[in-house]
Amino acid sequence: MAEIFGIPAAALYGQLLLGFINGAFYATLSLGLAVIFGLLNIINFTHGAQYMMGAFVAWMLLAYLGIGYWPALLLAPLIVGVIGMVIERTLISHLYKLDHLYGLLLTFGLALIIEGLFRNAYGVSGLAYAIPPQLSGGVNLGFMFLPLYRGWVVVASLVVCLGTWIVIEKTRLGAYLRAATENPTLVQAFGINVPLLVTLTYGFGVALAGFAGVLAAPIYAVNPMMGSNLIIVVFAVVVIGGMGSILGAIVTGFALGLIEGLTKVFYPEAAATVIFIIMAIVLLVKPAGLFGREI
Amino acid sequence: MKISKLILAAAAAALMSGSALAQDKINVKLGVLNDRSGTYADLSGEGSVVAARMAVEDFKAADKGINVEVISADHQNKPDIGSSIARQWYDQDGVDVILDVPTSSVALAVSEITKEKNKIFMNSGAGASDLTGKACSPNTVHWTYDTWALANGTGGAMVKAGGDTWFFLTADYAFGHALERDTSALVEKAGGKVLGSVRHPFPGQDFSSFLLQAQGSGAKVIGLANAGADTTNAIKQASEFGIVQGGQKLAGLLTFVTDVKALGLATAQGLVLTEAFYWDQNDGTREFSKRFAEKHGGSMPTMVHAGVYASVLHYLKAVEATKGKDATAVMAKMKEMPSEDPLFGKGEVRVDGRHVHDMYLFEVKKPEESTADWDLYKTVATIPAAEAFRPLADGGCSLVK
Repeated sequence: MAEIFGIPAAALYGQLLLGFINGAFYATLSLGLAVIFGLLNIINFTHGAQYMMGAFVAWMLLAYLGIGYWPALLLAPLIVGVIGMVIERTLISHLYKLDHLYGLLLTFGLALIIEGLFRNAYGVSGLAYAIPPQLSGGVNLGFMFLPLYRGWVVVASLVVCLGTWIVIEKTRLGAYLRAATENPTLVQAFGINVPLLVTLTYGFGVALAGFAGVLAAPIYAVNPMMGSNLIIVVFAVVVIGGMGSILGAIVTGFALGLIEGLTKVFYPEAAATVIFIIMAIVLLVKPAGLFGREI
Repeated sequence: MKISKLILAAAAAALMSGSALAQDKINVKLGVLNDRSGTYADLSGEGSVVAARMAVEDFKAADKGINVEVISADHQNKPDIGSSIARQWYDQDGVDVILDVPTSSVALAVSEITKEKNKIFMNSGAGASDLTGKACSPNTVHWTYDTWALANGTGGAMVKAGGDTWFFLTADYAFGHALERDTSALVEKAGGKVLGSVRHPFPGQDFSSFLLQAQGSGAKVIGLANAGADTTNAIKQASEFGIVQGGQKLAGLLTFVTDVKALGLATAQGLVLTEAFYWDQNDGTREFSKRFAEKHGGSMPTMVHAGVYASVLHYLKAVEATKGKDATAVMAKMKEMPSEDPLFGKGEVRVDGRHVHDMYLFEVKKPEESTADWDLYKTVATIPAAEAFRPLADGGCSLVK
């Protein structure tokens, strides 16, 4: 069998594919963060908790109402997004005039409260959520066994990421959004309801987190702490990509998934730190991030 | 006159005996120190406090002249926090016994402090076999399980059943390393072979990459030397990647009944694991567990909860027998008299502080075999007390002469 750096090539392809799948999660989550930061200038530390809520809402829909995975994939992000909008209206909107730091502290506190509430109600062991029957099983790719569900995760994430990018960069709505963040007073003067636009944008970013949560529910334990483990990595992804850069978040998310995947083969102990090493290097060489605009 | 004198004398006698009775009351304070908010909160947490209170009630301590107060605190799995709570409890709050303490690093710290203050530490939740080995203490009792017993139970059984080649998925910290070390030693002693291992960051989230490496190794058994959410995530993903269907077996080296409940039978079925207690073993365990569930939101007790209950019972018996709470005398009594309770049956506390009792090898039921919500295990084998724990001489404990 062919070998690359002492690892059978087939095994390496498998690991790369797995890295790509993890990258899909990073991309979807960091995309939401980038949208919120890019358009609202809020560092949304509640993102991990909102991702967790997405998974929990999917579980609740099934457990209490008997609503399955497919409707949940649409409903859960909607519900989480609406909750996010309520939070934005009642709490975050008061902080736009202040320094970024206040928004960060508020959202971080909110994350702790939300996680605490879920922990109190559901414990920490986690809850079981089955893979939908249409996607259970897998295909043998020759070099590895690919569970169908993982394939679906990649496809769904790619579609959502590209869709978001097109809406923000190529449509009229996206143009309003970008204009509103550049100069809210002027845009408002043209008769566009800027506060509503901002609320909807926050809701959309949060819904992306909820969507990633539903995608994660069948493969990771549905657990109140699931977001807090992931959020730090996702923040690193956003920083590397360039705060607020939509395309940067997507590309970096997938790329870092790949790099992390390779690290797991060659030096597994460093898998948790490699992303932060890259972040440190990027910050030294290109402080605005790989895709960020120099200020 | 005579009569009034008599009455006076009687009254005086009554008064004196009354005060004598009051003096005879022994006041003990038990402190349950464990994880109340993190990864181990479900398997220890508030349930351990419930178990301790039940033991006090069942012992009818008040009728026997023992006044028991139970308090609790959260050590957040951090040795520094655990140590400072332990010190405060012993120095200022008059705590006599610290109970439970999952997370080995915290347990080792509390054991040291307890020795220094000459109090009593009855551990149920922690795993490190060093607690009764190199780091043993005359003031510590390790009740429920340890890494050696887990390795011995699950490792031994898997090798015997033909699983003679192993690959480890190990949490990259002290506990994971210890579990891998103990299990590897056992597998090799039994004639098996360890093909490799991979150390994953703790806590981990995605194990697919490590599982693929384990799959590639061709080992018959994949040993999960981790705990809590890491174990459940690894098992969940192994099922997704068809590892078990591919003929490899998973060995959950430390899996609690709450983990299996969280996974669901569809995912966890067939998993072989070692525990010291399961609620559905006999009338005694069922009766206890039913009462426990009523007080604890419907959740059945884990072996850690059971261990807290049984160790409090044993402690109170020793207090009753010595008519006092002097730590040295009570420890001596606890080691001298055999233990007996409805959850662990007969057992004894060895000179190194290890409580020995039967251990059990369980297999997780298939969904169609389960008849109730918590009907999760079937018993594969009982490991007799004499074989279940590390032999006294092998631990390197300084108390063993």
